[in-house]
Amino acid sequence: MSEDVLFQLNGVSKHFVRGKEEISIFDNLDMSIERGDFLAIMGPSGSGKTTLLNMLGGVDQPSGGEIHFDGSRVDNLRESELTRWRAHNIGFIFQFYNLMPMLNAARNVELPLLLTKLSRAQRRVSVETALALVGLNDRARHMPNQLSGGQQQRVAIARAIVSDPNLILCDEPTGDLDRKTADEILEMLQLLNREHGKTIVMVTHDPEAARYAKRTVHLDKGRFEQREVAA
Amino acid sequence: MGSLFSQIATVTVMNVRSLPRRLWMSLAMVLASAVVVAILLAFLAMARGFERTMDGAGSEGTAILMREGAASEINSVISREQVNLVEASPGIARDAEGPLVSPELYVIVDGIKKSTDSEANIALRGLNARGMAMRENMQLLEGRLFTPGTNEMIVGAGVLREFDGFAVGDEVRFGKNVWRVVGVFSTSGSAFESELWADVKVIQSLYDRGSSVQTVRAKLENPGDLAPLEKTIEQEPRLNLEVQTEQAYFAGQGKQLQYMAIFGRVISFVMALGALAGALNTMYTSVADRAREIATLRALGFSSFSAFCGTLAEALVLAIAGGLLGSLAAFLFFDGLNASTFGGSFTQVVFRFEMSPDLLLQGAWLALVIGFVSGFFPAWRAARLPVIVAFRNAA
Ligand SMILES: Nc1ncnc2c1ncn2[C@@H]1O[C@H](COP(=O)(O)OP(=O)(O)OP(=O)(O)O)[C@@H](O)[C@H]1O
Ligand SMILES: [Mg+2]
Repeated sequence: MSEDVLFQLNGVSKHFVRGKEEISIFDNLDMSIERGDFLAIMGPSGSGKTTLLNMLGGVDQPSGGEIHFDGSRVDNLRESELTRWRAHNIGFIFQFYNLMPMLNAARNVELPLLLTKLSRAQRRVSVETALALVGLNDRARHMPNQLSGGQQQRVAIARAIVSDPNLILCDEPTGDLDRKTADEILEMLQLLNREHGKTIVMVTHDPEAARYAKRTVHLDKGRFEQREVAA
Repeated sequence: MGSLFSQIATVTVMNVRSLPRRLWMSLAMVLASAVVVAILLAFLAMARGFERTMDGAGSEGTAILMREGAASEINSVISREQVNLVEASPGIARDAEGPLVSPELYVIVDGIKKSTDSEANIALRGLNARGMAMRENMQLLEGRLFTPGTNEMIVGAGVLREFDGFAVGDEVRFGKNVWRVVGVFSTSGSAFESELWADVKVIQSLYDRGSSVQTVRAKLENPGDLAPLEKTIEQEPRLNLEVQTEQAYFAGQGKQLQYMAIFGRVISFVMALGALAGALNTMYTSVADRAREIATLRALGFSSFSAFCGTLAEALVLAIAGGLLGSLAAFLFFDGLNASTFGGSFTQVVFRFEMSPDLLLQGAWLALVIGFVSGFFPAWRAARLPVIVAFRNAA
C-alpha cells in the first residue's frame, strides 16, 4: 500500500434487506483515494453515491470487505471509536448545510472544537480564522436564518475545516444553490484542496461541479468507471 | 472530560433554545408537572396543618381522664363522685384554692358554615375558670369571658372564621336554648379554637346532665408524670377511668387523619402517571423534531452520550419548571388556607394548610422523577439515532 493512500477499500460490498428481498448496492468494490486528492463521485440516482460516502465517513458500515484509513482498518471500529475517529479526521459538508438553527455562525463553526482540548480563547481564534477563510468574518453573530443559502454553506465549510481534518466529505454541497453561488463554493473547496492540502471527496449530480475536482469516478450498477479530468 | 462537559452543555443549550419550536407541547408538559406537584403539595400541606393543629392542642402538663374504653371525649361520662376522688389524688398541682382540676362537658351543636352554607357540627365545651386557665396559650382576642351561671359563651377564632352568626353580641340558638356571644378567644391555632366555651354548670342543667361531666383535666405536679394518678385509679375500684396526657390524646386524634397524606400521595401518583404519559409524548416528539440536529452533531463527532444527556436535560428542565410553578401555585393558593374537617368526635376542626420547605422538597422530588422518567427513554432513542439521518435528502 502506497504511503500516499489515505483511503483503501478492499472488496467492499453493501446490501440492504428490504422485506424478503436483499438489495445489493455494491459487490466487491475496490477503490483507493490518495492524500491530497479531490475526487468527484457521480452517477445516477440510487446508484449508491451517498451510501459510499457514508461508509467513508464511518456513519454507515459495509456488509463485507475492509476499509483502511491511513493504514489502519476503520470499518470494524466500535461506535464510540468511530465517533472519535470522525471528530479527528473528517469534516462533513451537507447538501442542506445542517447548521444548528439556534446557534449563530460562530457558535456553529465552534462545534467541532468542543470535542478538542482547546481553551475558549484558542477556540475563538480558530473560529475567526475559519470564518475569515470563507469570507464571513462580518457575519459571525448572525443566525443561520439571517444568512443566504450560499452563506450558510460557507459557514458549513468553515465548520468542516475548523478542526483541521485531513478529509472533507461533501454530499451534493451545491445541490441547493444557484450556479453563481455554487461556483463560489466549489472554488472555495478547490482552494482548500490546493492551498491547504485537504483531501476532498464530493458526491455530485452536476458535471460543472465535477469539473472542479482533480478526478471523477462514475458509479453505476455497483461499479466504477474512471475518467481523469483536467482541472 | 472537559470536552464531554462542553459537548453536553452545548447540546443542552441548543435543546432549550429550540423549545419555542415545540412551544405548546413543552408548555403542556410544564403544566402537567405543575398540576401534579401542586396537588401533592396541597394534600401534604393539609395533612401537615391538621396534624399541627392537633399536636398544638395538647399540653404535656395536663392529664385528661375519661371513662375506660372511651375513644374520645364525646363517649365518656364521669360522675361527681369520681371527680371528687380524682381531686384528692396525689400528683396533681394545687394552689391556694385547691387542686387544679377542670371537670368538663363536651356537647355537639350545629352551625352554618360560611363556605358551603350548610350545617356542620361544632363542639360546645363546658368548663370553669380553672379549665380556661389550664389552656396556657389561651388569649382573649375580643370582648370578655363568660359570666359563670349565665347563658353566655365565648367562641374560638376558628369558629368565627368558618361559621356564620358567632360575632360578639350575637344571640345564638341551639335547640330551645339561646346563648349570647360575649368574647372571642384564640389558642395559637390549636384545635380548641374550633370550639365554643361556656360555663360547665349551665350546660349541665340545660342538657340534663345532673352533676356528671364527660372528662376531667388535671394539671400535673410534674409535667408528663402520670404515675401517681395511675396508682390512684388502680387502687380505687370506683375509678374506672383511663388517664393520658392531653398531648397524647390529641396526637392520637390527629393520627386518624393521616389517611389524608396517604390519599394525597396515591392521587398524586395516579396523576403523575398521566402527566408522565404526556411528558413522554412531548419528549419523543422533541427527539423526532431534533433528529437532524442530533444526527449532524453525531456526524461531527459528538458522542451519543451527549445526545442522551441533552435530551434528558431538556426533560428535566421542563419538569423542574413545572415543579417550581406547581410549588409556587401551591404556596400562593394553599399556604395558610383555612379549612375544616371532622375531628375525632365528628365536630369540625378548623385548621390551616401548612406549606414548609420539606414539603416543597417532596414536590421537587416528584418533578425530578417525572422529568427523569419522561426523559430517559426518549434520550435513549436520541442516543441510538442512526447518524445517516443527517444525510437524508429531506430538509
Ligand atoms: N437504509 C436503507 N435501506 C434500504 N435501502 C437503502 C437504504 N439506504 C439506501 N438504500 C438504497 O440504496 C440505494 C442507493 O442509495 P443512495 O442514497 O446511496 O443513492 P444515491 O446514489 O446517493 O442517490 P441520489 O443521487 O438520489 O442521492 C438506493 O436504491 C436506496 O433506495
Ligand atoms: Mg445521495
